[in-house]
Amino acid sequence: MCACRCGIRVHLRDGEVRYIDGNPEHPVNKGVICAKGASGIMKQNSPARLTQPLKRKAGAERGAGELEPISWDEAFAILEERLARIRATDPKKFALFTGRDQMQALTGLFARQFGTPNYAAHGGFCSVNMAAGMIYTIGGSFWEFGGPDLERAKLFVMIGTAEDHHSNPLKIAISKFKRAGGRFISINPIRTGYSAIADEWIPIRPGTDGALLLALIHELIATDLYDREFLARYTNAGFLIDLAEASARHGLPVLDAASPTVYPLYPQNHLWWDRALGKAVASHAPGAQAEIVGAYTLADGTPVKPAFELLREQVRGNTPEWAAEVTGVAAATIRRLAREMGATAREQAFELPIAWTDCWGVEHESVTGRPVAFHAMRGLAAHSNGFQTVRSLAILMSLLGTIDRPGGFLHKAPYPRSIPPSSKAPNSTAAVKPNTPLAAPPLGWPASPDDLFLDEAGNPGRIDKGFSWESPLAVHGLMHNVITNAWRQNPYPIDTLMIFMANMAWNSAMNPSDVRRMLNDKDAEGEYKIPFLVVCDAFQSETTAFADLVLPDTTYLERHDVMSLLDRPISEFEGPTDAVRVPVVPPTGECKPFQEVLVELAGRLKLPEFVHADGSRKFRDYPDFVVNWESAPGFGFLSGWRGANGDRSMKGEPNPRQWEMYAANNCVHHTPLAPGHRYMRNWNGGYLKWAVEMGLRKLDNPLVIQIYSEVMQEFRLAAQGRRPGRQPPERLRAGIERYFDPLPFHYAPLEAAATDPEAYPLAAVTQRPMAMYHSWDSQNAWLRQIHTHNYLFVNPGVARAQSIADGGWMWVESPWGKVRCMARYSEAVEPGTVWTWNAIGKAPGAWRLAPDAEEARLGFLLNHLITDELPTPTGRISNSDPVTGQAGWYDVRVRIRPADAGEAAETSPRFDEMPHLPGTRRKLPSWIAYFAGEGKRP
Amino acid sequence: MRPAYSVIFLTTLIGAGQGLFIALYAAQAGAALGFFPPAAQRFFVVGASACVALASLGLLASFFHLGRPERAWRAAAMWRTSWLSREVIALPVFMAAVTAWGTAHDRGWGGSLALGAFALAACLALFVCTAMIYAGVKFLQEWASPWTLPNFVLIGSASGFMLAVPLAAALAPPLASPAAAGAAALTLAALAARIASLRRNERVRAKSTPQSAIGMRGRIEQKSQGFTGGSFNTREFFHGASPATLRAVRRSFLLLGFVVPLVLVLIGARADSFILVALAAAVQYAGLVAERWYFLAQASHPQNLYYQCSS
Amino acid sequence: MTQLALVIDLNVCVGCHACVTSCKEWNTSGIAGPLADLMPYGSDPVGTFFNRVQTFEVGQFPDTQTVHFPKSCLHCEDPPCVPVCPTGASYKRAEDGIVLVDYDKCIGCKYCAWACPYGARELDEKQKVMKKCTLCVDRIYDTELPESDRKPACVMACPTSARIFGDIHDPDSEASKAIRERDGYALMPEWKTRPANHYLPRRTTECDPPTPSSSSPR
Repeated sequence: MCACRCGIRVHLRDGEVRYIDGNPEHPVNKGVICAKGASGIMKQNSPARLTQPLKRKAGAERGAGELEPISWDEAFAILEERLARIRATDPKKFALFTGRDQMQALTGLFARQFGTPNYAAHGGFCSVNMAAGMIYTIGGSFWEFGGPDLERAKLFVMIGTAEDHHSNPLKIAISKFKRAGGRFISINPIRTGYSAIADEWIPIRPGTDGALLLALIHELIATDLYDREFLARYTNAGFLIDLAEASARHGLPVLDAASPTVYPLYPQNHLWWDRALGKAVASHAPGAQAEIVGAYTLADGTPVKPAFELLREQVRGNTPEWAAEVTGVAAATIRRLAREMGATAREQAFELPIAWTDCWGVEHESVTGRPVAFHAMRGLAAHSNGFQTVRSLAILMSLLGTIDRPGGFLHKAPYPRSIPPSSKAPNSTAAVKPNTPLAAPPLGWPASPDDLFLDEAGNPGRIDKGFSWESPLAVHGLMHNVITNAWRQNPYPIDTLMIFMANMAWNSAMNPSDVRRMLNDKDAEGEYKIPFLVVCDAFQSETTAFADLVLPDTTYLERHDVMSLLDRPISEFEGPTDAVRVPVVPPTGECKPFQEVLVELAGRLKLPEFVHADGSRKFRDYPDFVVNWESAPGFGFLSGWRGANGDRSMKGEPNPRQWEMYAANNCVHHTPLAPGHRYMRNWNGGYLKWAVEMGLRKLDNPLVIQIYSEVMQEFRLAAQGRRPGRQPPERLRAGIERYFDPLPFHYAPLEAAATDPEAYPLAAVTQRPMAMYHSWDSQNAWLRQIHTHNYLFVNPGVARAQSIADGGWMWVESPWGKVRCMARYSEAVEPGTVWTWNAIGKAPGAWRLAPDAEEARLGFLLNHLITDELPTPTGRISNSDPVTGQAGWYDVRVRIRPADAGEAAETSPRFDEMPHLPGTRRKLPSWIAYFAGEGKRP
Repeated sequence: MRPAYSVIFLTTLIGAGQGLFIALYAAQAGAALGFFPPAAQRFFVVGASACVALASLGLLASFFHLGRPERAWRAAAMWRTSWLSREVIALPVFMAAVTAWGTAHDRGWGGSLALGAFALAACLALFVCTAMIYAGVKFLQEWASPWTLPNFVLIGSASGFMLAVPLAAALAPPLASPAAAGAAALTLAALAARIASLRRNERVRAKSTPQSAIGMRGRIEQKSQGFTGGSFNTREFFHGASPATLRAVRRSFLLLGFVVPLVLVLIGARADSFILVALAAAVQYAGLVAERWYFLAQASHPQNLYYQCSS
Repeated sequence: MTQLALVIDLNVCVGCHACVTSCKEWNTSGIAGPLADLMPYGSDPVGTFFNRVQTFEVGQFPDTQTVHFPKSCLHCEDPPCVPVCPTGASYKRAEDGIVLVDYDKCIGCKYCAWACPYGARELDEKQKVMKKCTLCVDRIYDTELPESDRKPACVMACPTSARIFGDIHDPDSEASKAIRERDGYALMPEWKTRPANHYLPRRTTECDPPTPSSSSPR
């Protein structure tokens, strides 16, 4: 369905779905439901449902959609034969990329066991900057990782949020917050959705949020409105940074040889400059008071500054006037905003009488609340400067002292995690060996160049070039570059690409037209450059037309699912929470859940975790796997009803009745944290110990906020040639040095260098319509009536200046492509931006819509204006954040003009009609009048 | 509004039938009072048949307007509140009365004058009901006009008299001339009343505004009606024609519905030309179909404030 | 006398359309159903919906308000659609003020739709009868449902609790209190239809000191 994972109740009448409503006992949505959830009947009964495995007909061209039904036996035989051969020779030639990622614990395990590094979910083209920027700073992030405590906040600032992310919980929380009289400010180029009900809308130019955030940091520091005590104790603001030019640790915190390291991965022997003693002391020494400003010299003559002093110097030039020029937000507004944040955090602070002990042994009688909360998502993340922007936000939140404090930002288990988390991917292509699982999971959290995944020559080891010098912190991979790289056979050719629920031949690609061409491209011998493409989806997406093998997935009503603590749970602020889905209707046709496909394949391929020593299968099916597979003894996919009798939480041996017990308990399990463990968890000694016991954490190390990023400095030192070991290639050296700044800074997105700003004066972005989940709902008869086609929203002044009429046909052009679409005037968009709803336009015939449906005639994709790669003087680079590989969706620059009077009143570009695939509904009904349980019609 | 042809034919056909009956009854009553020479019974029998035929055609057309015509009989139920219900009663009563009146003439029964008086009352009641169906919808300010009833009565009467002219020319030649005079006078009066109603409607200021529709102040523009597919609300209440088409229709109905037939009937009557007077009636009917289309289309429904724009 | 109604809080509606499809979903298999969709997968689909969420822009950049505006039958206390109905299919219930259509009596003449200034009625293109919001009359009295579920589907669904359901003639109901305390207003008061459904206006919490103030509707 979607990724918000609300609890639903499905009511049947005579075996047909009568209605679906929200489960009032479910912690995520508390009984409410969204437009998509309430339209589940039409998803279930869509004529676009795939119902049989399909194979490309012999001799048929890819993309023509000429497929024939085959049995599952044949499908599995094809896969088994092919994958076994790849695994026995060169496992990296199998790539598994998934769009939907509620099952990464399984898909990641499958890839690791297979032995391929070429695995990721869709995070790289979604919001990896939001995850990485925050996790590399505070050990947690928004959405399933954490969020704003709107129950206690007084001021809520939302920046660049897609309207479907964390949709129902956020809608519930914002409305309660507003009713309670809280003040809600939205910073966004566009006023739709949540922003519509903001008390103040601050329009901003896309891609400039970092400048605004830096100016806010500047103002908070200049007006002394930051939380000094919080910074000194809970962040690395007071850590003394080695500024000796000749030092190998230049720009890194001085490590005190006299103190114990405690945790080798996360050394604890930092130094503070003690205010009272006027000398360096061990950080967090009892009674010590860290100085966070000034310049000092250590006894050995090393010049040092506290990290905060370096931040203060870094943002010295980031005045509101400077930011006003960049962002379009008036300097006075920025000043007022900073004052409002700082004053609210300080003057409306409160204490909760909850005693807790910090990890340095100090007991606290209460928890301080600072009622300023933030939420942000793709508007910040989907720019090639997003990582530093998101870091700026995390640092702003830290300056206000709002991290894991009531009224501010609160973590959700298993977060907070270490900064960065200790899990690492393999750091050398030598780890990829025939018939051998990877020694480490394919994705991890690099802490230095030593953690990159490179071959001996320093070249990328992954097909998407993640964890290479091009995208060092690509913690979610770069799904958007997979097809281009595989087609170019750079860094190497692959054999089989398996895609689950990602519409790469359409809206999931930054360059759909190119992708469609590349998927069909053949080498000199007439072989496809990407030899074998397997697509698993529940519906006839544009991508299925290009598949060599189509695997029909079940819907969410037809299968078992887990929202596991090992993956993306539904945890609440108050404690770890996970959930399951159980099937309520039988699978349609021969549909098989993708999880079952993986468990079956893993058994056939004899992947060690899935078979006994004698080679026999360990798991009957996916539900059996979920119950019985253990990541470590006592820990598995689900935290509830563990132990032989089902009386254990979090930890305990597998319980054969676990599914039943979940089903009998609203499909949810919640482990409430002890009150003293609920806040300040980065440094809460009691919580951290408990979290280690419960398997949520590996170590109980304090998670000190990195306002100054040591990881970034490690990379910068390498680029500067000051660090022994791996060095970036020359063409990337300057970039690494620039972008891996340990302190936040703002730079124009990479696209700016490749585009003439005079010729292309506007930014073009998309918003997510709340009634659609990406492209997956156009086949839904009810939802599509809300959005059969889309318009480009343009500020009326800008449109009139180009003689573009409201509702008229127009062209929108970037250096990479052009689209003909209809204009819609809007006063709710800043003049430098044009926008449209995402993924409404469809290829003719796709999603089993009639070829003349509005989606294909009038609707359009903005993607045709975007590019996945940018030309630079040293070659083509990914159009992604140079730190994380996050796709720079929102960086594209465009110009607009009216369509000529004689032009066709239809969208451009248009594509060949996709035939309907076998197994989808043969004839489209001219009408439907759904009535569940026909036998009971009154 | 979107003019429905069923409604256009219903109202124009029964209007003509009613007008024709008035003309016939005027001939009978006028003869009784000595104003006109008495006409042959055949004139009244054929005329009454024509009235009933027109009304029946109108009734038939009305069934095409209904979603569930098989239940049309139910429509008589709410005569206490609904003008439509009253029309549903008045129309058959009128048809029955005219049938009886015509039968009386055919069979030479006495009391046809009294029967005719009853039919006349039914005829006038039917005019009121039909007109009030439109005039009674206060939200449609172009319909809820003091001119709607006079327009329906005069236009119906004019078209009926216009039909009476060829009928008289064929069956009661001495009456052709007075009928033509009546048709001309009524057409002129109808034209005047219609122009007055057009003038009045030009000055109508919509009571509902975007501000009152959503209860907010300031500049308001709809950006989305909530769907990009169609709906009953976007189809039933918009005529879909361009302003130019609307102007053309207005010009044509003023000419074809009034001016041209007026001239034709006057010349035709003077020249004793059956063809010309028959042509006058035919042209006028066509013009009045356009007039009714325009009448229906011109009304602007406040619900349209909610269905302006999709995006 | 009871008058059931919805009070819709424009201050929190984010325009998610949850009420739109949850209404469709409940009613298509309920007493008001089925609700037909024509050309559901083709060009220009037309479906019967009882409830729509519309979007308006108020003011000019940068002082623009984007207003999401849910609209369904307002269950007028003086419903103009009822007296015009020739068959009595349209009626207002004495016991709770709900305006309903009896599909067995409706002849599909559309006169009631003409007589509704709010565009709240839709002719079902398949059943050829007029349909409209029933306030989920087949939910709210259904004793087989748990008490907490006896509310209109749209109210149950609404993630922002922007829809308050209750008796506006009971001064102590949540709906009446909301109308009284938060300046609830009726649509198109100029027609004196006395809609039972009310709307709560936008309110703006100003900066420093954070005191709520009404942005004065109408």
